[in-house]
Amino acid sequence: MQNNSDASSIPHDAPEREVATDIFRRGLIISPLLLLLALIFWGVSGLSSSAVALGIVLANFLAGAWIIDWAVKISPQLLMSAVLGGFVFRMGVITAAVLPIRNQEWFEIMPFALVLIFLHLGLLIWETRYVSASLSYPGLKPRVKRQKRKKSLD
Amino acid sequence: MLSLIASTISILAAAVTEGEGLKAIGAGLGYGLAAIGPGVGIGIVVGAAIDAMTRQPESAGTARTTMFLGIAFTEALALIGFVVFILLLP
Repeated sequence: MQNNSDASSIPHDAPEREVATDIFRRGLIISPLLLLLALIFWGVSGLSSSAVALGIVLANFLAGAWIIDWAVKISPQLLMSAVLGGFVFRMGVITAAVLPIRNQEWFEIMPFALVLIFLHLGLLIWETRYVSASLSYPGLKPRVKRQKRKKSLD
Repeated sequence: MLSLIASTISILAAAVTEGEGLKAIGAGLGYGLAAIGPGVGIGIVVGAAIDAMTRQPESAGTARTTMFLGIAFTEALALIGFVVFILLLP
């Protein structure tokens, strides 16, 4: 597979999984910087809160993509109910995960909120640069350097 | 989901006894209202994607990628509503 994703096991007919895995990879790349900033500005509680927000954002992307892929494999008619049900389910899971920990000593709301919103939007905007969405490459754009190297080897 | 409802009810009950019930009700209402917009938006996005997939099955991959990104962008609104809910909770 000639694209930005390192997950070569993902089939080319699951473009949303390809995009979500690439978003996950970019999230992991940027996570040390985010956690360091949270540690500097809010201390250890900021670090733990941003780690929770980071986990929520990345898991949310993966879960969203997996739900779409699962629904499309069964039937396109199932897609609408699966996506809307998945949205409600994921929001419920996020709420259920955060409500019990929001009053803990190690939890700081401000870094959690900032990381949750800006990481979600930032990763999406970053990823749109690498999305091809064409007929030959429905997911990510092909990596030009890799293609050139392969051609030169041939 | 039942545990979520139970925990929300217990939080609201605790807030009412402490005299901050209106704040908790406002937070819950705000979150619910903030989730309506993304719900409608996601419905429109998925509906358009299904339309595109049935009209042109060969472009289903492209439609799915665009749909996934559209859903994710729309979900940001619900996340903002969730953050406001957490900030408003007593």
